[in-house]
Amino acid sequence: MQPPMTLPDRMPAGLLDIESLDRREIEAILDRARFFQPLPNESYRRLDALRGKTIVNLFFEASTRTRVSFEIAAKRLGADTLSIAAQGSSTSKGESLVDTLNTLVAMRPSAIVMRHAASGAPQFLARHLHIPIVNAGDGTHEHPTQALLDARTILDRLPALEGLRVAIIGDIAHSRVARSNIHLLSKFGAEIVLCGPPSLLPRELERLAPGVRLAYDMMEAIRGADVIMMLRVQLERQHEAPMAASEYFRFYGLRLEHLALARPDVIVMHPGPINRGRELSSEVADSQRSVILNQVENGVAVRMAVLERILSDPQPDGRV
Amino acid sequence: MTSLLVRGGRVLDPSSDFDAPADVLIREGRIEAIGNGLNADGAEVFDAAGAIVAPGFIDMHVHLREPGIEHAETIETGCKAAAAGGFTTICCMPNTVPVNDSATVTSYIVQRAREVASVNVYAIGAITKGSLGEELAAIGSMKEAGIVAISDDGRPVMNARVMRRAMEIARALDLPVIDHCEDLNLSAGGDMHEGVESVRLGLRGIPSSSEDVMVARDLLLAEQTGARFHVAHLSTSRSVTMVAFARSRGLNVSCEVTPHHFAITDEELGAYDSNYKMKPPLRCRSDVDAVIDGIVSGVIDAIATDHAPHAGSEKMQEFERCPFGITGLETALGLSLAELVHKNRIGLSRMVELFTTGPAAILKLDRGTLRPGAHGDVTVFDVDTEWTFDVQQSCSKSRNSPFHGRRFRGGPVATIVGGRIVWTRE
Repeated sequence: MQPPMTLPDRMPAGLLDIESLDRREIEAILDRARFFQPLPNESYRRLDALRGKTIVNLFFEASTRTRVSFEIAAKRLGADTLSIAAQGSSTSKGESLVDTLNTLVAMRPSAIVMRHAASGAPQFLARHLHIPIVNAGDGTHEHPTQALLDARTILDRLPALEGLRVAIIGDIAHSRVARSNIHLLSKFGAEIVLCGPPSLLPRELERLAPGVRLAYDMMEAIRGADVIMMLRVQLERQHEAPMAASEYFRFYGLRLEHLALARPDVIVMHPGPINRGRELSSEVADSQRSVILNQVENGVAVRMAVLERILSDPQPDGRV
Repeated sequence: MTSLLVRGGRVLDPSSDFDAPADVLIREGRIEAIGNGLNADGAEVFDAAGAIVAPGFIDMHVHLREPGIEHAETIETGCKAAAAGGFTTICCMPNTVPVNDSATVTSYIVQRAREVASVNVYAIGAITKGSLGEELAAIGSMKEAGIVAISDDGRPVMNARVMRRAMEIARALDLPVIDHCEDLNLSAGGDMHEGVESVRLGLRGIPSSSEDVMVARDLLLAEQTGARFHVAHLSTSRSVTMVAFARSRGLNVSCEVTPHHFAITDEELGAYDSNYKMKPPLRCRSDVDAVIDGIVSGVIDAIATDHAPHAGSEKMQEFERCPFGITGLETALGLSLAELVHKNRIGLSRMVELFTTGPAAILKLDRGTLRPGAHGDVTVFDVDTEWTFDVQQSCSKSRNSPFHGRRFRGGPVATIVGGRIVWTRE
């Protein structure tokens, strides 16, 4: 299906989640991201669409790839950026989240990119602050730019999302990546199979979006898959004894022999950081089917598209 | 003391099956007569034309935060909020600082209430010392000091053996045992009802089963000990079924529901607004429907608010960091009219029972009736005046209500305690 030609409205409040975006908005970002993708052996385009803008990257949780990716994206668009690892900031002196943000907002940045361990933290702030907020991952809720870059990566290899069979395997319960991907893929009519140990795969997931079904058996989940997304086991978010690592890898770890069950052109994705031998074998991670580094690469292009969309001044003809 | 004539209203007193236009005369703090053309020379007159005149409403589940947490509420401000909500009597839960687990704390509350309270205040004592769930509190001494029930509300007694002993003592003292039924292992870390909405929002869930297993345990212990047992803020479908079953076996059990548990569901948490965070959590549609059915069928005995004030700074945080609880005194009647009466689920008389004879019977209070000789506690309310709840105008010290800005049809008109008008609309 062709995307409509009219350009959607600007996102007024930044980017909080995928669930509330419509297909048209997602398509516009994915199309624009393609424009930002570098040619082989080149770096990203350097533009000055966001010259004079200041973007604060506020990370309350450790992050390397997402933070660096946002920072490069902003710089490539000509914005000034400032990254704060908030574990060492005034929050550790007892300041509340709203007060911390109000303090930053008083210095007039153009947007805040935030990662936070609490689900809903960006939604909560968006109600109290008048500044665009880009959610770089909130607790176990959503990670919208990850789903966008995953979609971009799939579309670089496969013609459309519609009708694709996507297996998402691992710790679904604690995965914000899974939630954002489920919403995005469902909006485009993909068939989504979620697979993991029962305690990490709540039955209610089936009712989260159309096209979702659950499987506890990995073979069943992978059979006929066009895309396999592996997730990291988020030990830091689990509050009870996890499954033994060896047991987990035996039943939910992706190995080369599994790939024979999938479609011949299947691609294997992982949001990183990967744990070799825990959720996937080294052979799979390094195989031709793996697009894990393409995902990282697309992260910059997709985040450029998102930041440009949120922050660039409207053009005279109404385009953004 | 003077006299008060409440004139021209529709007097609705379920305790005596009275429902007719009449005047109510209160003299020396007691109901003297109900009728027409009463001799009321020298009496102050309150015009109740167009309104309903009912026995004073009782809220058996309120947190007044005094002593120790006075920045959120005091006995004085909580009572003002109660009066503004049409309540003439409230019962305060023991989770203060210190916990009301001794006659000393009970006496303090009783004394403070005598000094500053505009409505009647009864104290509920703790089941265990410090509500820590281990050693029984001084239940007998607290009874002498005035408690009307025992409960470790908010910190449920997890040890079944301790609960059994508490029930045995309560039975001997003729006190009801009120339990906040929650298995803390099943609910640990949860912030909202466990279901498709918690999965969607990425918040940790509190399953319905965490309530159900404790209701089941307590009903078994109540049967074994013969204690009077009361389920606080019941919120699940299976708990309704189990209470009904226990009653059919002849057990002396009762239960209450809060207005928010029959008025709203977990689908309203979409914006991570902590004013929707409480325990038990807002449940899913099927639980809410079952609770309403329980009200209709008579399984549920009382409406209680679980009024739980929290300072703004505590609620102005990430959802998972905010404390549980919302205020409720000023919206209870409006919500009950809207969700139960105007939607034709129950009649007005049944609603009044849930606020009067229901809680009075559970706690064995000599209130909730307009029979001559009873305390002169009267709630005057109407069913059709439209109004909007503005939480900034609340009499409570706290502002944590999800019902700010909600339009209501019908609500309190005047609150009369012991023959004295303590609050009127406008």
